[in-house]
Amino acid sequence: MAAGTPIVRVRGVANRFGAQQVHEDLDMEVRRGEIFGIVGGSGSGKSVLLRTILGLQRPTAGTVEIEGRDLTRLWGAELRAVKRSYGVTFQSGALFSALTVAENVELPIREAHALPAAMLAGLAALKIGLVGLPADAGGKYPAQLSGGMVKRAALARALALDPALLFLDEPTSGLDPIAASAFDELLLYLQRTLKLTVIMVTHDLDSIYRTCNRVGVIVDRHMVSDTLEGIVANPHPWIQEYFHGARGRAARRA
Amino acid sequence: MFLESRTDAGGALLIARGAWCASAAPELARAIAAAPLAGPRVTLDAQSLAALDLTGAYFLGELERRVRAAGTGLEWRGARPELLEFTTTLAAPPAEARRAHSPVEPLGQLGRWTVERGSAVHDVLEFLGRIQFVLGSALLRPQRLRIQSIVRHVYETGIQAIPIVALIAFLISVIVAYIGAEELRQFGGEVYVVDLVTISVLRELGVLLTAIIVAGRSGSAFTAEIGVMRLNEEIDALRAIGINVVEVLVLPRLLGLIIALPLLTVIADAMGLAGGAVLSWLALGIPFTQFLARMQEAIATTTFWAGLLKAPVFAFVIAMIGTLRGLQVRESSRELGRLTTTAVVQSIFMVLFVDAVFAVVYWEADF
Repeated sequence: MAAGTPIVRVRGVANRFGAQQVHEDLDMEVRRGEIFGIVGGSGSGKSVLLRTILGLQRPTAGTVEIEGRDLTRLWGAELRAVKRSYGVTFQSGALFSALTVAENVELPIREAHALPAAMLAGLAALKIGLVGLPADAGGKYPAQLSGGMVKRAALARALALDPALLFLDEPTSGLDPIAASAFDELLLYLQRTLKLTVIMVTHDLDSIYRTCNRVGVIVDRHMVSDTLEGIVANPHPWIQEYFHGARGRAARRA
Repeated sequence: MFLESRTDAGGALLIARGAWCASAAPELARAIAAAPLAGPRVTLDAQSLAALDLTGAYFLGELERRVRAAGTGLEWRGARPELLEFTTTLAAPPAEARRAHSPVEPLGQLGRWTVERGSAVHDVLEFLGRIQFVLGSALLRPQRLRIQSIVRHVYETGIQAIPIVALIAFLISVIVAYIGAEELRQFGGEVYVVDLVTISVLRELGVLLTAIIVAGRSGSAFTAEIGVMRLNEEIDALRAIGINVVEVLVLPRLLGLIIALPLLTVIADAMGLAGGAVLSWLALGIPFTQFLARMQEAIATTTFWAGLLKAPVFAFVIAMIGTLRGLQVRESSRELGRLTTTAVVQSIFMVLFVDAVFAVVYWEADF
């Protein structure tokens, strides 16, 4: 694993909702070209952290830098430019239900650039093929897709503008083990081919073992991040329970 | 300058330069559209590219397709980019599926329309049947009537609508009285304004305006509430628990509205008469006592009931259409919007249609 300049750098982030302190002085660094897994118990603030990094929510304190630009100090057009530099998939897919899969993929391109319709369609078809969806999936509406296909379509939309940085929120949740493992392989394949940096929030231990280079665990409002081997050996009781509980052991053997 | 071109006797040499990336998509589209494809042979060169991503590779592929389509020979100077090789291994772009235009297409459309109408009528009848069945069994066992839920709907569809219904009834009756006074003054019959206002408000305007406002306010709310529950799979969850959807979602709204709409109508009637009385006093100088005395003469005992009797029927129509459309929502948020619009338009139309039927029946029955 090559140690390069960090593509995402989170420093001293605090998030507070009323009396509830979700994060406190949280640091996180993601290097170019790695797959970084964010892990934490329910309610530990994984989604809040992801929303903070995406610039959808401003932290109470601290800085979030993507490619050296501090999101917490950007507004308007500059913030939009940063948002165009990454792709996101949301937990339930968040495909626009009134649009077909192809139109969903075209939407970010259409918003960013004025292109002829035939080229938009060609680019969308390329991305749909890229994520392993059959060619006829483009004309379907999200409601006509299976869970696994929704995840893939969401990935195609996230890759529409060829971002170097990809955020995935629970990409394998709700998938059967075969579909989940196929998604892991797809992700590894795309990450190698397109040289992506991937940050994913996940609960899927199999997926973590298969795909992640490094893992960050949110415990006690802070983040502990290390290589997968380092995290598994971490003495913190919650981390031990997480990786060495019955499910963790089974996933590790696999 | 993304595509440098040199032309000689042998054909064109196209050298791709700079970063062929998604951020430059429009420039790339223009560059390949302007590329000269003449000559016996086109040579492509991607060795000087600063960067290439999938979008860029798509445009390189598009350039290749154009060269081939022009019937020109194609060769690469240096290696064909790896990423371009990769895109060509992906599934081919889907052929655009277009429905064939055939001379019998209008006939087909007519057929589809007929079948759709038929199944729509069937849906309504089935829904009516289910409502009757659930209502019957709930009346036998009143604990299944869900009084709390009914009360909530009386509050939301009735109490909360009082200000707007009262205001509109007052204003409409002022308008009717004003126009009536202008016309009747020509015959010296200003006092008949009282007859005009009281009869039109009590028989028609009060209940009709109330029903139309309620159709817009509550009919749409019924469709939207139940439609969102459908999109969230809440309806499926209710069914899976073994709860009758008509009993918990449709019946309380239906009964709530059947209670609320007549009460709103009484308020609309009162405000309408008040509006007429105020205008008669201000514009025609008819004092309240005279207005009341004239009103007693103008109306028959049935006038008030002729209007009020229609309210529960309108309520039934509005609630039934609103809830049925909500239950028909499937798949998407656009569907939800479309069906909410349909529910409001249809319930207003049906209210007017039923009102016309009432007019004929009253006429025949001399009510």
